[in-house]
Amino acid sequence: MSDVRTATVPRPAVPYLRIPPDADPYLVGTVCSRCAATFVGARKVCSRCGARGGMGTMALSNEGTLHTYSIVYRSFPGVSVPFVSAVVDLEGGGCLKGNLINVKPDPREITFGMPVEVVFRDAGRRDADGNAYLSYFFQPRTAGGGQAR
Amino acid sequence: MSGDVYVLGIDMMKFGRYPEQTVPELGGQAALMALDDAGLTIDQVQALYCANLGQANAMVGQRILREIGQTGIPVVNCANACAAGATAFREAWISVKAGLYDIVLAVGVEQMGRGLLGGNRADGISTEGLLGSATMPAVFAEAGMEHARKHGTTFEQFARVSVKNHHHSTLNDRAMYQLETPLDTVMGAEMIAYPNTKLMCSVNVDGAAAAVLVSERKAKQLGMKRAVRVRASALTSDPWQERDLVMADVNTCTRNAATQAYEAASVGPEDLDLVELHDCFATAELLHYENLGLCPEGEAGAMIESDATALGGRIPVNVSGGLLSKGHPLGATGIANIYEIATHLRGEAGKRQVAGARLGLTHVLGLGSACAVHVLERVSP
Repeated sequence: MSDVRTATVPRPAVPYLRIPPDADPYLVGTVCSRCAATFVGARKVCSRCGARGGMGTMALSNEGTLHTYSIVYRSFPGVSVPFVSAVVDLEGGGCLKGNLINVKPDPREITFGMPVEVVFRDAGRRDADGNAYLSYFFQPRTAGGGQAR
Repeated sequence: MSGDVYVLGIDMMKFGRYPEQTVPELGGQAALMALDDAGLTIDQVQALYCANLGQANAMVGQRILREIGQTGIPVVNCANACAAGATAFREAWISVKAGLYDIVLAVGVEQMGRGLLGGNRADGISTEGLLGSATMPAVFAEAGMEHARKHGTTFEQFARVSVKNHHHSTLNDRAMYQLETPLDTVMGAEMIAYPNTKLMCSVNVDGAAAAVLVSERKAKQLGMKRAVRVRASALTSDPWQERDLVMADVNTCTRNAATQAYEAASVGPEDLDLVELHDCFATAELLHYENLGLCPEGEAGAMIESDATALGGRIPVNVSGGLLSKGHPLGATGIANIYEIATHLRGEAGKRQVAGARLGLTHVLGLGSACAVHVLERVSP
């Protein structure tokens, strides 16, 4: 951690966000070799079938669909509202909760099952030591399917 | 296995705000009320099962005995989120069912702050409002919106739950609120997490409730007149679901607990006269109509509109006012809703009495998840 460069590289907001030095950030998951259940993040035992030692690592997709959501108007002090709290099913497995951005916080503008993409941005908040964090967000998927940055 | 287990005494204090009292004082007060109701004293109690969340590591049960009588009996302190009270009741039930004791006491007590529950604190940065919301209103809003997605349930249908339950509590002087809230008031209240407005969120209150459970032998000896038979007790956790690491599944564990309880009691939802279920948010109540089999799949929205779950309807739900208006002191809730059912089965519910009630069901849901369902039956003819 004495490397000067690390001071400028943001930390991941969640342990399952990987920030390679020379490639795009991505989210990592686990798949069970026995029952094919997928999980966000690392684990050693499958909580679906109980298999031990058969868990493989997988990169999670940056594309998914909106399963459910709430529009949050009241939160803890310092949290800017309103925001859309969204539960998203990723293509190929994995389910995430996050903020759905670049959409009007209005139920008439949000459709169940709408295609969304995962984008990575600065978290906009720092820890007590002043460290910056990179986080993931969801936004409506563009027609071309490319990842808007 | 010995015979059935009976609730011989049960009571609750009026839910409200008691900042000047301690948690053991509140719990002790409810314990004495339940003992008085049973006509027993603390010397006759063989074990205490105590539910509390806010001071879960601070020996609340033993401190209650310091208030009302340190007899040296075994004490078990239970924390199981919002199912803690029902879990303590169930542990008490198990101990009598197993033949270990004849008279046991279950107490649920909580002293609450105000404001939002939930949210998370990471070591680095808080993720609330960054990775969506972990506050309870939002979590249960998302569960409600999942129902809306599947069945087209509307904001107005969810809001009608609050209109009903607030109306019910105008008939219950133990409830925090005795206030009518018409539909436009509920829908026009401050939006907390769409579709839950402030009046669609349960009230944070202080409170305590307690029950004395006895063996069949002891109930026969002490008098069955006001006894309530525990027909079934079920407790489940949430089985694996694809989304459950980010979205706690409140449905499957409820369905499983209900199935187990109906089977154990050899009854079905059509046999029930009333239900107290876990309306921590208005959205939750509609999910549980279907989870408990009170209506067919997808018909909860129509059911609330039909007034079938209002007092006087086909199957009254949350006649006490529910968590939405009676209040939700977390550890006390699971015993308070057993008190409500027992009071109706005894024919002592006054203005809100469900006429001729013989069989009732209680349900609580602790997020994360724990679900407890009890089926209770009137004994006297």
